[in-house]
Amino acid sequence: MIFKDMMTMLAEGTRDTLYMVLISTLLGYVIGLPLGILLTISDVDGISPNKVLYKILDIIINITRSIPFLILLILIMPFTKLVVGKSYGTTATIVPLTIAAAPLIARMVESSLKEVDKGVIEAAFSMGAGGFTIIWKVMVTEARTSLLVGVTIALGTILGYSAMAGVIGGGGLGDIAIRYGYYRYETGVMIVTVAVLVVLMQVLQWAGMLISKKIDRRRGK
Amino acid sequence: MSKREEIIRVDHITKRYDENAVLDDFSLSVHEGEVVVIVGPSGCGKSTILRIMNGLEPIQKGEVTYRGEKVDGKLGSITRIREKVGMVFQSYELFPHKTILQNIMLASILVQKRDRREVKEEALQLLARVGLSEKKDAYPRQLSGGQKQRVAIVRALAMHPEVLLFDEVTAALDPEMVREVLDVLLSLAKEGKTMVIVTHEMSFAKAVADRVIFLDGGHMEEEGTASEFFDHPKTERAKQFLHTFTYDKVERE
Ligand SMILES: Nc1ncnc2c1ncn2[C@@H]1O[C@H](COP(=O)(O)OP(=O)(O)OP(=O)(O)O)[C@@H](O)[C@H]1O
Ligand SMILES: [Mg+2]
Repeated sequence: MIFKDMMTMLAEGTRDTLYMVLISTLLGYVIGLPLGILLTISDVDGISPNKVLYKILDIIINITRSIPFLILLILIMPFTKLVVGKSYGTTATIVPLTIAAAPLIARMVESSLKEVDKGVIEAAFSMGAGGFTIIWKVMVTEARTSLLVGVTIALGTILGYSAMAGVIGGGGLGDIAIRYGYYRYETGVMIVTVAVLVVLMQVLQWAGMLISKKIDRRRGK
Repeated sequence: MSKREEIIRVDHITKRYDENAVLDDFSLSVHEGEVVVIVGPSGCGKSTILRIMNGLEPIQKGEVTYRGEKVDGKLGSITRIREKVGMVFQSYELFPHKTILQNIMLASILVQKRDRREVKEEALQLLARVGLSEKKDAYPRQLSGGQKQRVAIVRALAMHPEVLLFDEVTAALDPEMVREVLDVLLSLAKEGKTMVIVTHEMSFAKAVADRVIFLDGGHMEEEGTASEFFDHPKTERAKQFLHTFTYDKVERE
């Protein structure tokens, strides 16, 4: 394979991968953030306990999370086809990625929000703050460092899943690695592709940690 | 005292956790400009009373009235009373990710929907009053315990409360910081602010109180003026309690 072609292919693969990962994570938050908030406030020691609601969400999330990603990918193919019109390619892969991301994100949001000191929440209540103010201005604001660490973890996990989607023609870097490395025995291409994936993961991790340190007011400068 | 208007009243309240009655048929009414100090052994229900007065704790029996109006379980009525009743906690409970100024302004802006400029100006004046002007842009972790507690008091004052509740506000402080916080409370009392104070600082209690309530096992054991209670306690329990704050001289052979 000519070097220039390979570069073009890698560039496109990287673009496709980033597209899938970013959009899926974003959509994952659109679903997962409200779910995480609901889990937090409806739990027994939350600000609005509701056993039934908590249990229902809890079970749905546990079930979704225990399905291996590859199986999920295949299981929901009919649904994916319904949503985007086809069941392969980068855009189609966003559907299973989002469904895998949402429950993971909901759990991470839940655990971040539960770290917020109960005393501080009570102080806000004592000043007459309502549920909306408590959730957004106290819980989410105070948990932002931890929430951001969660974003980093979510991006990393979804990046890994997106590479797996390559197995069934999901597009992106995973697709390239499998096509060239596995089917065509072009080990060189596979190694370079994997290296790009590793670099992407490192950059995400590094940027996430940097930002979350920057906005942490409890320590540091 | 009794001619002044009653601000807040808890009437024959019973508070239970599971089956344990923490407060049993307890009543207390606080009048405008009055400083009521609640003392009593640990676990006797002092914090619980303050929390009930601020609508933070549901009760099983009795009622809370605010300026004669019953506070029911409805959100609107609880929010109204919380705006008017300021509370300061033992462990400050400042928002760690907000600056001192943001801490003070939050509720006035979000709950009371007051004008931001006016709120900020007032917050700065209040900070100056407790000698913390230069800390306005600092974060809570950059302050000492005594400074944090003064900020917490200012945060409560910023909402123009009609009653202030203080729950052992110096209990978490090093001895040298206790004074700076109690001085703020004394100056508020001098101004005629209505306050309910729970404290273990007996000499402070004696200095600040118009009325002392001695609580034991969820009952009001004794009630009187500061000098009545501290100099001539009537009940055996109160005498015993006050005795725990004095030390007899060690006699050596
Ligand atoms: N959430 C709770 N669940 C069960 N019991 C509780 C709860 N909160 C308080 N209690 C009990 O209620 C009683 C009164 O508690 P409260 O905090 O009002 O006491 P206190 O007089 O403020 O004590 P201290 O001087 O130690 O602060 C205690 O016996 C305590 O164990
Ligand atoms: Mg207490």
